[in-house]
Amino acid sequence: MATLKDATAIAGIGQTAFAKHLPESEKTLACRAILAALDDAGVSPAEVDAFASYTMEETDEVEIAKAIGAGDVTFFSKAGYGGGGSCATVAHLAAAVATGQANVGVAWRSRKRGSGPRPWKNTKAQLPTPGQWTRPFGLLRPADEIGMLTRRYMHEYGATRDHLFNVALACRNRANQNPAAVMYERPLTRETYMTSRWISEPLCLFDNCLETDGALACVVVGAGRARDCRHRPVYVHSVAQGLPAQHHGMVNYWNDDPLAGPAWTAARQLWKTADLGPQDIDVAQIYDAFTPLVPLSLEGYGFCGRGEGGPFTEGGALEIGGRLPLNTGGGGLGEAYVHGFNLINEGVKQLRGVSTAQVQGASTCLVTAGEGVPTSALVLRS
Amino acid sequence: MTDSVIDYLTPVIDEDGAPFWRYAAQGELRIQACASCDELRFPPRPCCPRCQSFHSTWRRMSGRGRIWSYVLPHPPLLPGYAEQAPYNAVVVELADAPRIRLVGNVVAAADAPLNSVAPERLGIGAPVRVAFTEAGGGVTVPRWLLER
Ligand SMILES: [Zn+2]
Repeated sequence: MATLKDATAIAGIGQTAFAKHLPESEKTLACRAILAALDDAGVSPAEVDAFASYTMEETDEVEIAKAIGAGDVTFFSKAGYGGGGSCATVAHLAAAVATGQANVGVAWRSRKRGSGPRPWKNTKAQLPTPGQWTRPFGLLRPADEIGMLTRRYMHEYGATRDHLFNVALACRNRANQNPAAVMYERPLTRETYMTSRWISEPLCLFDNCLETDGALACVVVGAGRARDCRHRPVYVHSVAQGLPAQHHGMVNYWNDDPLAGPAWTAARQLWKTADLGPQDIDVAQIYDAFTPLVPLSLEGYGFCGRGEGGPFTEGGALEIGGRLPLNTGGGGLGEAYVHGFNLINEGVKQLRGVSTAQVQGASTCLVTAGEGVPTSALVLRS
Repeated sequence: MTDSVIDYLTPVIDEDGAPFWRYAAQGELRIQACASCDELRFPPRPCCPRCQSFHSTWRRMSGRGRIWSYVLPHPPLLPGYAEQAPYNAVVVELADAPRIRLVGNVVAAADAPLNSVAPERLGIGAPVRVAFTEAGGGVTVPRWLLER
């Protein structure tokens, strides 16, 4: 059987600044990030023949290919479900390159959500089915939908707000080490967390990601080619997408087991095709649009048992030097919320040994996409 | 204070969901069931995920349930909802079919605002029963009353 295992590598990464407001357009930001990633890899834009993006991306490959001066493009794809598609972009490019459909792939994300509109305010897009079963009742925003699962999770397993705080704190502490992070020089205390305003009880302000302007990109090439590039290759070891049986998106309330999200499905595939298991992972970049997604993902990806995600966060487990250092650039909660693409690039930085919060000797990294929606994940290794 | 009509979002109804809302307008809580194998399903869909039959029927429920979970949304919210915040949004699991869960609101009376029940009175497992109210645009929606 053909395998993707280590057949391709991420050879270049690029990003723009992250801020609440950036003056340039999403298209300009996308081009800057992509050109930076190609430069980082030492690959000419004319060699790019594959593009992968994910939905809620406003820039498209036709415009981007023209703007950067790409060659003939023989592969392009767009993965569904917004933040659930971040890792799928790399997975699709890895498959395309490994099967000879293309040679040089670019994946990217460009967003102006710090200064742009909130999707949940667009009732025309949000209300039609299945929104007819939720929106009229005032379940309006992703925070409300995930808050519902969170309260049930706390009730069933005894998870606490302190567990959620542990997640928020680990991400913030890493952001405090990362000059590129929106929350660089802005420490978080337990007092600040516990007394902050509610967004959707049981979720408070600091349980929610930052809405950010910014763009990122990475370059995927064959493993052989990667060894000739400027930096140490970061191999795409294992990839997966996950859409569980009877899943319903963030309102998974209609599934028999609403607290077993897409992470579980993605994880089974991810570990099945890997030489590694969760115990072999040195550092994790786990999608953190909301803090409770982290304990749910820790369970789904097999770092602990069912219902143990809360206690897993105790004793500094997610900090540098802990059991599983988390979101070492600061994640969506502390660095930037750009639908999880910064988690991919941060995984690459860790395996190159150049993170601002470097885990000594890290050689394996799990990167996950949005949990609570059809998702995707990567195991990267150096 | 003058009577103000709360600006609720009204469901955009699709072909599969239309019977639910039609029965709600008659004051009935009905859930789609497979006419071939009897499996209940929600939200409504064209065919049965268990036996793939395209024949369905709408079974009347007792209207009793329990709170499965709830949230208390605070602003920023859409205008009609921001005025009532914090209010509750709940998921109710039906007593007749615990795997069928409906998003709704616990209110003091069918036509009372979404914030008409103190949050302290809400709890997972609390028994509720259905009531119906017209929520604008001619659409009747289920609300939930706490059982004493
Ligand atoms: Zn059936």
